Amino acid sequence: MEFVDYYKILGLDKNASTEDIKKAYRKLARKHHPDLNPNDKEAHKKFQQINEANEVLSDPEKRKKYDQYGKDWQHAEQFEQARQHQRQQQQYAGSSGQEFSGDFGDTDFSDFFTSMFGGGSRSQRSQKGFKGHDYEAELHLSLKEAATTHQQTLTVNGKNIRITIHAGVENDQKIKLKGHGAPGRNGGPAGDLYITFKIKEDTRFKRLGSDLYTTEHVDLYTMVLGGEVMIDTLNSKLKLKVAPGTQNGTKVRLKDKGFPVYRQEGQHGDLYVTYEVKLPTVLSEKERELFTQLSKLKS
Amino acid sequence: MTMANENLIPAQEFCIHHNIEISFIDSLQEYGLLQVHTMEGTGYIDEEQLEELEKMVRLHYDLNINMEGIDAIRHLLQHMHSLQHDLVALRNRLRLYETGD
Repeated sequence: MEFVDYYKILGLDKNASTEDIKKAYRKLARKHHPDLNPNDKEAHKKFQQINEANEVLSDPEKRKKYDQYGKDWQHAEQFEQARQHQRQQQQYAGSSGQEFSGDFGDTDFSDFFTSMFGGGSRSQRSQKGFKGHDYEAELHLSLKEAATTHQQTLTVNGKNIRITIHAGVENDQKIKLKGHGAPGRNGGPAGDLYITFKIKEDTRFKRLGSDLYTTEHVDLYTMVLGGEVMIDTLNSKLKLKVAPGTQNGTKVRLKDKGFPVYRQEGQHGDLYVTYEVKLPTVLSEKERELFTQLSKLKS
Repeated sequence: MTMANENLIPAQEFCIHHNIEISFIDSLQEYGLLQVHTMEGTGYIDEEQLEELEKMVRLHYDLNINMEGIDAIRHLLQHMHSLQHDLVALRNRLRLYETGD
């Protein structure tokens, strides 16, 4: 367990007055408050540290104990036992009432804090009940899975949650499952569960919004003379006509054969197929002879 | 209450639960930050606005931010969300070219 320098967290020295602490706390809290830094885990963590520092330094009794035993927190227990004997019937008068309400898990105190002071006290307003912590989770899907509306069961903190994943979900898209976070406290509501979808790269298709891109390797003869090729779409195969004299890199658009549009059933983007010529690498004697004849013909 | 307004929460009840004054709700309404439905003299808040309202309560009571500040923060957060959305879309687009054939 590491010693936590609460003065340093608030940017203060040991002689700071109550007013200095209040000012420093408010200034830092405005900077790192989770409402002002959504999805910023670093800010969230920093905010918890600031809250904890304020919890201790704004309470004269806790501050005294921290100043006296802070670095030797191991002795705090002995100190506490002696103190408890003196004031068995007493209760903490409460802190300055400046702590923030607990929608952000700011009631998570460090091990250091818990070791010295036990749980944190709460301000009058926030005693009404805390929303539980929000959970963050990632769900990895293949491109094919992301193209199909389906259900998946997730296990979050030992609980199974069945969710419907709608076709067309984007990479990094986040959904909120209300009430599936940590349980609330003092009758407060449960937190929410945020799921971020991570869609794996596909070797065959690249996706851009609802459009898909793929490359089809076509042999030289079909490109020159024309013909047909079978191409893969995401879910099936399609026969395409290749016009005679098709140039390398030619791109064709297959309307509505792309990716499903999110939450718009039946709507799809387009599939773009780029033809790439596949040149023969090993020529037979006969082929070499014919190619030579062709080249002479051309010149 | 009818089917149409079953998702409305009495403003007074919200204030009691959060231990705040009703004047705060009135101010939010005055500044156009909250829509309060009045029926038979009682103010109601739509459940859909609850999350945003709770955020405004925290900004005001925890951070001492006044109405003008809350309004400015809301605009900036909306702007930030829109930029984040664009960022995700652009990252995905970039990924296409970085890993493209």
